[in-house]
Amino acid sequence: MTRLPVKKTYKLFIGGAFPRSESGRTYEAEGQNVARASRKDVRDAVRAARGTLPKWAGMTAYNRGQILYRVAEMIEARTAEFAGLCTGRPEVERAVDRIVWYAGWADKLAQVLGSSNPVAGPYFNFTVPEPTGVVGVIAPDEPPLLGLVSRVLPALTGGNAVVALASETHPLAAIELAEALATSDVPGGVVNLLTGRRAELAPWLASHMDVNALDVTGADGDSPELERAAADNVKRVVHGDPDAQSPWEIASFLELKTVWHPVGQ
Amino acid sequence: MTELERKQDRAPVPSEWTYASAPEARDLVTLQDRYGHYVGGEWLEARETYTTISPATEEPLAEVGQATPEEVQAAVDAAREAYANGWSDVSPSERAKYLFRIARILQERSREFAVLESLNGGKPIKESRDVDLPLSAAHFFYYAGWADKLEYAFPNRKPRPIGVAGQIIPWNFPLLMLAWKIAPALAAGNTVVLKPAETTPLSALLFCDVLRQAELPPGVVNIVTGDGRTGAEIVKSDGVDKVAFTGSTDVGKAIQRELAGTGKKLTLELGGKAANIIFDDAALDQAVEGIINGIYFNQGHVCCAGSRLLVQESIYEPVVEKLKRRLTTLRVGDPLDKNTGVGAINSKQQLDKIQELVASGAEEGAEIYQPPCRLPEQGYWFAPTVFTNVAQSYRIAQEEIFGPVLSILTFRTPDEAVEKANNTPYGLSAGVWTEKGSRILWMAERLRAGVVWANTYNRFDPSSPFGGYKESGFGREGGRHGLEPYLDLT
Repeated sequence: MTRLPVKKTYKLFIGGAFPRSESGRTYEAEGQNVARASRKDVRDAVRAARGTLPKWAGMTAYNRGQILYRVAEMIEARTAEFAGLCTGRPEVERAVDRIVWYAGWADKLAQVLGSSNPVAGPYFNFTVPEPTGVVGVIAPDEPPLLGLVSRVLPALTGGNAVVALASETHPLAAIELAEALATSDVPGGVVNLLTGRRAELAPWLASHMDVNALDVTGADGDSPELERAAADNVKRVVHGDPDAQSPWEIASFLELKTVWHPVGQ
Repeated sequence: MTELERKQDRAPVPSEWTYASAPEARDLVTLQDRYGHYVGGEWLEARETYTTISPATEEPLAEVGQATPEEVQAAVDAAREAYANGWSDVSPSERAKYLFRIARILQERSREFAVLESLNGGKPIKESRDVDLPLSAAHFFYYAGWADKLEYAFPNRKPRPIGVAGQIIPWNFPLLMLAWKIAPALAAGNTVVLKPAETTPLSALLFCDVLRQAELPPGVVNIVTGDGRTGAEIVKSDGVDKVAFTGSTDVGKAIQRELAGTGKKLTLELGGKAANIIFDDAALDQAVEGIINGIYFNQGHVCCAGSRLLVQESIYEPVVEKLKRRLTTLRVGDPLDKNTGVGAINSKQQLDKIQELVASGAEEGAEIYQPPCRLPEQGYWFAPTVFTNVAQSYRIAQEEIFGPVLSILTFRTPDEAVEKANNTPYGLSAGVWTEKGSRILWMAERLRAGVVWANTYNRFDPSSPFGGYKESGFGREGGRHGLEPYLDLT
């Protein structure tokens, strides 16, 4: 007698937990019932992100880098599972390598992007990059894993908390990624992954007053409308490269803070 | 407080300070009766005009243009033309030399500009002479040096100019904001259409004469004057590749909406409601000077003004007492008098706004203090004002007043100070006063603001990036970072 496999239920990833959509709705994608997130789920995810932001942003850059490296380890260990949920093994390997690459950036940003400024007066003056805050990401629809990783990692490396809308047509890789994240040491709520109808969810994310930046790289047609909504609280709107690997991608999710202090006896 | 300090504080404050008047020579400036728009290196006769005045006296100074859509279009066309045929071929080192020339000419004509700035804007000559002008010239000098070094500013990238920059600047530091906009734009190789604020167009118009003297090629910088309608035309123009705006958060949001989906680059430097935080171990007399400078510098017409004073509870009384005493020594009056510390409010409209918000403060329950001072009868004036007994929810603690009005709140612990300081949609600047170094850095890390002044306030330098977090805008002006908004770096 053959054994009947135990099938996975695909759920959302919010605040480090795996809830079903508050709406109770699902949609079918890749032959599975996938949670169809609602406006309420978006708001819960933003709250979770905001709540955990001080912890993630407040860690040492060295620590953040190590945790991101651990994420790469977790994905590498699940390569076979991931390969079945995206375009295949090469995509998984590229995603892992990209995470390792970004992990190494965490403790170099301040040196590459910051400065000490030779002001004309008796002051010490320096500029440091800091996370923007809560970042909304509309991930590219494809490739399902590498696209998501390419847009989430820059924000994460800079110390931001993320609410990402996963690929609508291929959402399973995102949920698999959530499981890898949950077993790494990324604090719950730092990455929140929502599956569902992006056209329905993106406007709520774009107009949410507690989201500080919006990555519209993966939004195809409806970006002007999202950008208009983003202006309500002067969000930083990021048109990134869906397949870039660059510190400038990280810089899009950073603020620069300049500190002055007099020099004296 | 030591016994000596206590005695000093009780010394009677003279009821009236008298100074011999020390007016700066107004004839340093020669005004035309009428100005047009500066387009393609020539003066374009303005089709519609309005009168620009001195806010200190309401005296009409000149007729200036209210640019129509066609006139804005002509300026944008001139900028495009100059970008396509000439300016982009000028070698970076030659571009640098034009900027060095502009810096030098501004230094040479510094006093003339300072007088004009005070005349048209109402700010004390002391400030326009010692702050606005030196910083404006320094900004051009700083960015001049970058023009032929861009590849070192952005390693592994290919810095290229964007094209035509549309720039809209405010009335609080008219020439300095012009310098902040034009210097990095030209250093990066762009051409410019700039609109000075409606109430303070004259220094930008005089700047066109500097461009003539510097022999800058025609069309590289074009200046059109007018109100918000003119600004909106610049923002909408298809010929503009990048928009830079400094002004109110409301207008900034409207511009961001307008540009949604166009792919045009945008930088916004918007409002603020900065906390100036005084801990009980601060050097109090220095801190009080910092508070005064933080909120009464330029009549409080400063986006980064320290308009919310957060005082640690244990030193609330002495700080308020010292502050009130210091207020009585502020000289409010003729902007062109070298003794003046607080000048005129920039416009009737701004005065109305200040009065409305101050009335709301009194109405909501705050206690108002104004030093005895005689305000001139003509012109727009507002006495330096302090509100105590202010709750965080009051409008005077939430909204940007952009006037000489300070709201005082208290806190007990550093955590509470951070919480209150960050409790605003804005995030432009903050001040921290304490003798404890580790606490300065702890606070600096937690304050959500683009500039943190520790044991000082309202310092600016061309090499120092300036700009906001949250609804105070995005993008930086100053420093290497200030080049980025004017470059295509792909």
